[in-house]
Amino acid sequence: MAAASNFAAPMKRLAADFETATGHRAAFSLGATGKFYAQIRNGAPFEVLLAADDETPARLEREGLAVAGSRFVYATGRLVLWSAKPGWVDDRGEVLRGGRFEHLAVASPKLAPYGAAAEQVLTRLGLRSTLQSKLVWGENIAQTYQFVHSGAAELGFVALSQVGEEGRIRSGSGWIVPAQLHRPIRQEAAALTRGRDNPAVEALLRFLRSDVARGVIRSHGYDLE
Amino acid sequence: MPEASDLAAVWLTLRLATVTTLILLLIGAPIGWWLARTRSAWKGPVGALVALPIVLPPTVLGFYLLLLLGPEGPVGRFTQSLGLGLLPFTFGGLVIASVIYSLPFVVQPLQNAFEAIGERPLEVAATLRASPLDAFFTVALPLAKPGLLTASVLGFAHTVGEFGVVLMIGGNIPGQTRVASVQIYDRVEAMEYAQAHGLAAGMVIFSFVALLLLYTLNPSGRRR
Repeated sequence: MAAASNFAAPMKRLAADFETATGHRAAFSLGATGKFYAQIRNGAPFEVLLAADDETPARLEREGLAVAGSRFVYATGRLVLWSAKPGWVDDRGEVLRGGRFEHLAVASPKLAPYGAAAEQVLTRLGLRSTLQSKLVWGENIAQTYQFVHSGAAELGFVALSQVGEEGRIRSGSGWIVPAQLHRPIRQEAAALTRGRDNPAVEALLRFLRSDVARGVIRSHGYDLE
Repeated sequence: MPEASDLAAVWLTLRLATVTTLILLLIGAPIGWWLARTRSAWKGPVGALVALPIVLPPTVLGFYLLLLLGPEGPVGRFTQSLGLGLLPFTFGGLVIASVIYSLPFVVQPLQNAFEAIGERPLEVAATLRASPLDAFFTVALPLAKPGLLTASVLGFAHTVGEFGVVLMIGGNIPGQTRVASVQIYDRVEAMEYAQAHGLAAGMVIFSFVALLLLYTLNPSGRRR
């Protein structure tokens, strides 16, 4: 199966839990959803996709590459303005207005749903053009996190699942961006045509909707519908 | 038709490759010269160090460069103390990364060329009272011309083809660090395959022509 990079941490837990619960094994690769799309179109042997958005699974379904009716939202992503340094980002994001930083890392809005959401937040706050010259672009949310984690960018918009645990920021400092400042980051799962007759695929999708799995997903900083 | 962002990426790539190649020739010539002539025990270690970028994945180079040049890294502290700021996400940072990344592709052809000259012409130059420096510029360099050509073309082409390192320390900034290979990657990821084709095909043609040039203008460059 293929899973979005932002889902890395819960995915490891879920794969282990899934194996204990059902005896099926879920082997997963992590990456950018757009890359998976290109690979699936060209015959990559994935049977399930956990996308970072809801557009790609819909598109795969239209193109006959995903099983019709198998799509559902497995998690809704939350955005965090994060810095690796403690005490740097206040809990209302005022640091953005202060402008006392060199680089603000954002995932590419064209490629990553978290990047598109971050851009919406900046636009909503009226800071998009003021901060333009300070923006550096990660090709996905994992790379954006790396930019901030290494300190090369003082702060950046990352996924709560990367820096949080049980709704709190684990290290550094961050502002959990209110969900109404951007369109919801709805992450959809879909069974791919190649996995149509595999009972393990059905079991996995059922497992992802179970209370156990939803608990794990929520504890990693996602909202659920 | 190529869009403005594609042309900007190509122009940036050409600038980066040109600056990188010039710097590489300047530092690659003395290193290649030393490697070709030395009997020092350091020859092995230095040669291995120079060749490292050939075998290391670009992600390893990019990862360590980000750490080294970042605010906590030794180089980052140094550049900050000089008031130069930090190098990641800048054109200068890309130049440094590219110089390291393409170093073996310039040093090795030069080293081979210098080795091929042998002792004889330099001994003759010495008997004619040429100083070692003089002999280097008037005898060794002209004799090593095929090697210089090979080194320039390979260094330039290899920098143009660079991807993983710039992706990791570049930050994908249009006009500053978004080079052609990264632009192609973005296009593919964004499912804009038509635009990706334009640039990608251009890259294939460029690389082919560069190598063709090398092999036809410089037949001995193949062996050296």
